Amino acid sequence: MDGFPILSLMMAVPMAGAIACLFAGANGARWIALIATLVDLVLGIVLWANFDQGGLQWQFQEYHPIFGRFAWALGIDGIALMLIALTVFLMPICIGASWQAITKRVGEYMAAFLFMEVLMIGVFAAQDLYLFYVMFEAGLIPMYLIIGIWGGADRIYASYKFFLYTLLGSVLMLIAMMWMVHEAGTTEIPALMAYDFDPQVQTWLFLAFFASFAVKMPMWPVHTWLPDAHVQAPTAGSVILAGVLLKMGGYGFIRFSLPMFPEASAQLAWLVWGLSMVAVVYTSLVALVQSDMKKLIAYSSVAHMAIVTVGLFAFNQAGIEGAMMVMLGHGLVSGALFLCVGVIYDRLHTREINRYGGLSINMPKYAVLFLLFTMASVGLPGTSNFVGEFLSLMGIYQASSWVALVCTTGIILGAAYMLYLYRRIAYGEQVNADAAAMPDLSAREIALLAPIAAAVLWMGVYPESFLAPMRSDIRALEARLAPAAPAGDSQIKMGAPKPAGEGHHEEAAAHGEAH
Amino acid sequence: MIESASLLAVLPELILTAGGLVLMLVAAWGGEASSRVVHWLSVLTLALAGIALSTSLANGPVAFDGLVRADAFSAFAKAMIYAAAAAAILLAPRYFRTDGKERPEYPVLILFSAIGMGMMVSAGDLLTLYVGLEMQSLAAYVLASFMRQDVRSSEAGLKYFVLGSLASGILLYGAALLYGFTGTTAFDGIAVAMGDGVSNGELFGMVFLLAGLAFKMSAVPFHMWTPDVYEGAPTPVTTFFGSAPKVAAMGLSVRVAIEALGPAGLDWQQIVIFVALASIILGAVAAIGQTNIKRLMAYSSINNVGFALIGLAAGTPAGVAATMSYMAIYVVMTIGAFACILQMRDGQGRPVETIASLAGLSQSRKGLAAAFAIFMFSMAGIPPLFGFWAKFLVFDAAVAADLTALAAFGIAASVIGAFYYLKVIKTIYFDEPAAAYEAKGGVIENIILTACAVVIVFGYLLNPALDAVSAAAAASLF
Repeated sequence: MDGFPILSLMMAVPMAGAIACLFAGANGARWIALIATLVDLVLGIVLWANFDQGGLQWQFQEYHPIFGRFAWALGIDGIALMLIALTVFLMPICIGASWQAITKRVGEYMAAFLFMEVLMIGVFAAQDLYLFYVMFEAGLIPMYLIIGIWGGADRIYASYKFFLYTLLGSVLMLIAMMWMVHEAGTTEIPALMAYDFDPQVQTWLFLAFFASFAVKMPMWPVHTWLPDAHVQAPTAGSVILAGVLLKMGGYGFIRFSLPMFPEASAQLAWLVWGLSMVAVVYTSLVALVQSDMKKLIAYSSVAHMAIVTVGLFAFNQAGIEGAMMVMLGHGLVSGALFLCVGVIYDRLHTREINRYGGLSINMPKYAVLFLLFTMASVGLPGTSNFVGEFLSLMGIYQASSWVALVCTTGIILGAAYMLYLYRRIAYGEQVNADAAAMPDLSAREIALLAPIAAAVLWMGVYPESFLAPMRSDIRALEARLAPAAPAGDSQIKMGAPKPAGEGHHEEAAAHGEAH
Repeated sequence: MIESASLLAVLPELILTAGGLVLMLVAAWGGEASSRVVHWLSVLTLALAGIALSTSLANGPVAFDGLVRADAFSAFAKAMIYAAAAAAILLAPRYFRTDGKERPEYPVLILFSAIGMGMMVSAGDLLTLYVGLEMQSLAAYVLASFMRQDVRSSEAGLKYFVLGSLASGILLYGAALLYGFTGTTAFDGIAVAMGDGVSNGELFGMVFLLAGLAFKMSAVPFHMWTPDVYEGAPTPVTTFFGSAPKVAAMGLSVRVAIEALGPAGLDWQQIVIFVALASIILGAVAAIGQTNIKRLMAYSSINNVGFALIGLAAGTPAGVAATMSYMAIYVVMTIGAFACILQMRDGQGRPVETIASLAGLSQSRKGLAAAFAIFMFSMAGIPPLFGFWAKFLVFDAAVAADLTALAAFGIAASVIGAFYYLKVIKTIYFDEPAAAYEAKGGVIENIILTACAVVIVFGYLLNPALDAVSAAAAASLF
């Protein structure tokens, strides 16, 4: 694979598809989009197969200084590889989910999605600070159009809110980036990751980046754009929003905030922890009382993303690995849940939970798959989210047992709102005749959900496939953070004459190594 | 004794003068029938003047004992001015033809205005500055009231004239004060005189001079004329006002600030920072409530001038280069946007100006809608469009000059501005279709529109060239 610009090719294919879709008819655009995303999926598999685990940190690098102040610089490490894999995996499913649901302006719709794919791959592959920013911000344009044109009744408010919220969040990051480039004299992300900024300035830089990633993530209290955007977006838009766009925030933390500003990250960890604890408890409780299915899943996303942030700011290998696994798992599971909502929405055109009931009687296949994804969202062992949540919470336990205590309630609350949702939809009496008459999953819908179900189980049963490519990168990150990492309160007790507590801790650590 | 080198240094102006005078005679005797010929010959004259810029540059930088400067800065600014003027000429015939008012005087007036703008950006003396400014303005007053039977157009011309004269008076007063306290009208002489500290008289002179210039580039608090004049003037004239004179006024302000007032940098920096932030915020907030697309563009231009001034506020070569690059990108976006606005014609071919009439354009005229959206996203500063790079450059210059707080405020305020650009896109793409426009645009309109859109989408590939040209332009001032 030496020298072959596979990352550029992975961006060129959907770009060409997007342009072709603009000029194609409705059916032509559907097929072009499907083929382009499938080609990208194949390229993604080739990329993964050729990725040298434990080899060089940065692989598949490309460098063309064609933009004057910044360069077309691409390259990936294991973390980026996993997120790119998630992107190319979800994209054909999104196209398939829109196959019948989208009937107006299909060409533009498919073009917007393919353009979105270009930008998402670009975000994860960019090795130039400004190129990253361009890709990161440009994503607002297609998403604004997707929500605004093909969204639900209140789409215009939601599209404005999405656009302006995220734009305001990220503009300050640009100023911080400019400052960093002037200080360090380079726009290359790998060089900046190794650059030691003055700890006092780091605080400001960290806050500027934090504003952007916290909104994107989203963290409480700047999460309010997410429920609106999710509810109004078309099904595939929600899938890509929850599946990949939210991960850009987590990726930002792991690529920029932590390695570039380790001191500030450690000093301000209390802030991240505090917001995450509030998010876990508060948004879970809010999810519990929702009557709109999409809104419920949107709030559950905020709660899950809070587990990601505490994992990242645990400053240890278990926490960061767990955060990555939650991101990947949540990408699959929340995407699948939105698809499940989309399946019944396409039939009854309402998201009101009360309008459904007893679907396991007339839609048994649907009920099985929905149950699987519900369990995965709860974090049942054997599914993807269990691995991530367990590692994250184990990591944060080493840093702060209080944060771990509060955040673990998220799993209990998660079980509450997800099972409550499932009970109201799939079990009970069939009170609504129209809901009772809905046909079961079509072959197309099974083809969309089955691959995700397989991936969820694979990730839950054998997470090593996904952890192995990232391990050395996360180890390097941990080493970078080690000098600044705050001493964990649970470690403080080590060495005190209380063998029981110490033994317990070592057992947990040993358990973590086993994963 | 006039040297030939000096004459060659002003060759573009000479070509424009000769062309303008000859074409005026053609227009006078040929009447309306000559309109088309005069239009094309005017564009040709501008092209020749553009080619002559290289001769001018080779015989510079100082001409007529310092009255005129023909350096890389003025060449870059003039190239933009001529291109914008040519676009404004090319876009006009179709608009005026609708009313049967196609007149050959229009391109001639633009040529005269272009001479004045050329003198503005290459002024090396307060006298050249004033003569250039007045020449540009006089032609502009007539252009604003070009459709003299139309009440709005006449009102726009009169308003522009009255307020413009007031601004000229203020500027002239400032120039007089500067002359009185420094004993010279030459820019370099003023800089020398200010070198030993800025006296109160010099400070007053500077403030008045900058106030007059702020009027010409419609920066807050001297922006009041802009929305009315933009709305009332015929749309091709508004296209012109939005592009070339903005470059000229900005170029002139930069040159005065750096070359003449350089030693007072810390004093004018405060003024420029205030004017920049006030323009950004007022331009953004006041635009939100507009229902007329031309008024919206007026506030947008106020907003954009504010961003361009951030580069000047930095006061560094990088800052000046950023300001000039900003203007270059801004001119392309403005002309492109107006090429879209000119195509807003109802079924009978009459021009429409309400934003509401754009509703659902994306379903009847896909290409036009896409171009509109590109220019609006670009003006809002959203990457990957080129408008982002313009903002990037000025903020980068500000950060490099330790004006991080200014950059942070400015960029945060740009989010307010994004809202009203989004509103236009929302109307075009999200709303239910309103009455359809004329099915096809003019050929020239479409060519200019496409060219601008291509630059805005693929502009980043021009970065190395733009960086080199603007850096050379900036270097010639320091």
